[in-house]
Amino acid sequence: MAVITYREALNQALAEEMERDPDVFLMGEEVGVYNGAYKVSKGLLDRFGEMRVVDTPITELGFAGLGVGAAMTGIRPVIEFMTWNFAILAFDQIFNAAAKMRSMSGGQFKMPITFRGPTGAALQLAAQHSQALESQVAHYPGVKVVVPGTPADAKGLLKAAIRDDDPVCFFEGEMLYNLKGEVPEDDDYVIPLGVADLKREGGDVSIITHGKMIHVALQAAAQLEKDGVQADVLDLRTLRPLDTDAILATVAKTNRVVLVEEGWPYGGITATIAAIIQEEAFDHLDAPILRVTQADVPMPYAKAMEKAAKPSVELVVEKVNRVLYR
Amino acid sequence: MATKVYMEALSPTMEEGRLATWLKNEGDEVKEGDVLAEVETDKATMELVARGSGLLRKRMLGDGENAAVGTVIAVIAAADEDISGLTGAPEAAASQAASAEEAPAKEKVEAVAAGGDVGKGAAAVAAAGQTEQDQAERGTPAEATPAGTKPTPTPDAGTRAATGEGQPSIVPAGGGGESTGAGNGRVKASPLARRMAAESGMQIGTVQGSGPGGRVVKRDVEAAVAGGGAAPAQPQAPAAQPASAQPQAEAPAPAPAAAPSPGTGYRDQALSPMRKTIAKRLTQSIGPVPHFFLTIEVDMGEAMALRARVNQRFADKGVKVSPNDLIIKAVAAALRKHPWVNASWQGDTVRFYDAVHIGVAVAVDEGLITPVIRDADRKGLSEISAEVKELAGRAREKKLKPDEYTGSTFSISNLGMFGIEEFTGVINPPEAAILAVGAIGPKVVVDDEGNMAIRQRMRMTLSCDHRVIDGATGAQFLQTLQGYLEDPMMMIS
Repeated sequence: MAVITYREALNQALAEEMERDPDVFLMGEEVGVYNGAYKVSKGLLDRFGEMRVVDTPITELGFAGLGVGAAMTGIRPVIEFMTWNFAILAFDQIFNAAAKMRSMSGGQFKMPITFRGPTGAALQLAAQHSQALESQVAHYPGVKVVVPGTPADAKGLLKAAIRDDDPVCFFEGEMLYNLKGEVPEDDDYVIPLGVADLKREGGDVSIITHGKMIHVALQAAAQLEKDGVQADVLDLRTLRPLDTDAILATVAKTNRVVLVEEGWPYGGITATIAAIIQEEAFDHLDAPILRVTQADVPMPYAKAMEKAAKPSVELVVEKVNRVLYR
Repeated sequence: MATKVYMEALSPTMEEGRLATWLKNEGDEVKEGDVLAEVETDKATMELVARGSGLLRKRMLGDGENAAVGTVIAVIAAADEDISGLTGAPEAAASQAASAEEAPAKEKVEAVAAGGDVGKGAAAVAAAGQTEQDQAERGTPAEATPAGTKPTPTPDAGTRAATGEGQPSIVPAGGGGESTGAGNGRVKASPLARRMAAESGMQIGTVQGSGPGGRVVKRDVEAAVAGGGAAPAQPQAPAAQPASAQPQAEAPAPAPAAAPSPGTGYRDQALSPMRKTIAKRLTQSIGPVPHFFLTIEVDMGEAMALRARVNQRFADKGVKVSPNDLIIKAVAAALRKHPWVNASWQGDTVRFYDAVHIGVAVAVDEGLITPVIRDADRKGLSEISAEVKELAGRAREKKLKPDEYTGSTFSISNLGMFGIEEFTGVINPPEAAILAVGAIGPKVVVDDEGNMAIRQRMRMTLSCDHRVIDGATGAQFLQTLQGYLEDPMMMIS
């Protein structure tokens, strides 16, 4: 298997899917001539031409709407947002149009559209550009929500998202684009949506997370191992549909849970998962479910404060020790 | 040094006891080992013994009142010792428990009506349910008292219930917050620990918690199980009192409650993959013990004739064998031939018992109990008959000792005397089967020559734990049993 970056993995997925299906096209700010703000679409304009790699003005609501209309005709748009922070402008199209089209048309229209872009904080981009919005997006029935944390998952899940007939919101990570990992070269390397992945196996505690935070969780697990604690690290990969079976299986195994997400605690996906666990697996719990999230504040700009507001390896270790009664 | 007198676990499954009669009055001098009171457990009336010496300074439970296991019900101390710290709440508990239990629920119901809002109503009902459960989980109903006596305006109760804050209202004023130290009988335990304790037949209140605020967690239950039941955490556990001092009243460890008594030999056989799959699949299908039922009809003519001969022959010795005694004898002999029916499911093994101990269900006031005829396969008919009579008599008086109603390897329930033709029994875990015996009565049958004849017939239904016993295994057992009853000579041949 080739070792490539998360960015290259996404590029491969786009190129392969565009090659495979002439109905797939890419649209967004700077995706063509500039090769993408984060170079995810590098080379695609040259390869597929300007009918299929479309540069747009800075009009998120507008080009998201164009995508929804295109999807209603049966073709497969991939809409790139420079970041999900900017997609907030397009939420009416995503939630009121894309998410509801299939049910409100009585199934007359499918919605094979993918909205993608980076989520969460990078470094010192301040409150408006540092938001992890996947929990909010996952609130809406009608969309699928995918948050890959590794290059291989990025490729396999983006290919699945593009092939899916429902709107898929695909959350990447600015800090993940340079992450390297082994990625299968197979054109049909597709990871089904809604299937979590146990990234690390241990029997003492379950750390359940997604996206960028799996690396925080894995580092915490490595640190805990030196202390004799073996952690399951479950990467959800998809927040909607959620792999409840995988969650309940790890809880039944370890009886102790720490949930980690990059976003805020209030109404976060970890709150939903905690609710599911206590509803479905109450008798398997040996300790309260604890969470590690971003501090419940707009992200500070100051470097030290930003660091303090983000979920950290130290916090995960601390919460794990608490659920282990150590 | 004062000694607290606890409501002790005097039977393996006891959770609560009724103080039948105090045998000592307040002010009486008592010595360690003296019988303080008679306590009715769920099974029998037992003696509660003093664990220390001094004056019986205070009794906190009246005759006829109930208390949960682990509740302090009296204090033994020197005449001049200050015991005020030991006698507070539980006294109130005993006298006001009933009214306190009703009051919160009533308030909640009113709150629902007054609230008028669907969401609030649901929350209130939930909160009320929680209150009851919460109360049930507490070792003592003591802390329910403040809620019962505190006049709470209805609208206020509604609001608190709706916002999920109803629960704290039953915590005594001084007892809120995290510290649940002495005095608050509520057992803090993780849901997993509660489940594990229940599965191993252990009372969660007897396990020492090591989590925050004394929460009982998984490792505590595991340690208690490994340590041979919850005995280390019995209320009277202070190490200063050697257990050997009072062997006769030592509370039996709850964990091995249903297992045959020590000294009973057995052989654990590893499970075959097929046995494992059968167990897993069928458990998924029905409850923890997947039952199935086999019914057979037996011609009792020969057996009844034998019984008449025996009773006539030994009439001068007072022998009066019942049909059930014959059935016990036949069952015991049949079990010898069918070890899978004299066995129990152990999770990863099937346990085959060397001995045949038969539990005989006896109806008593407010329930039933199964005295055990030990080694029934090695006893004669008149011996079985006499033993059944004696044990059943004492069962009805609630005078059985724990080792007389535990340790059976198979049970028989007979409702024939009520005219019940056939029924199904529910297995008494961990046994693998129970035989439900119906009435003996005349029936028209077609004999081998095709002629109609009137015969004494009886129907029996075997309930089987399918994890251990398969249909054919159970059927073969019934066939053997049928053969023994229809031709009793087979039993001795």
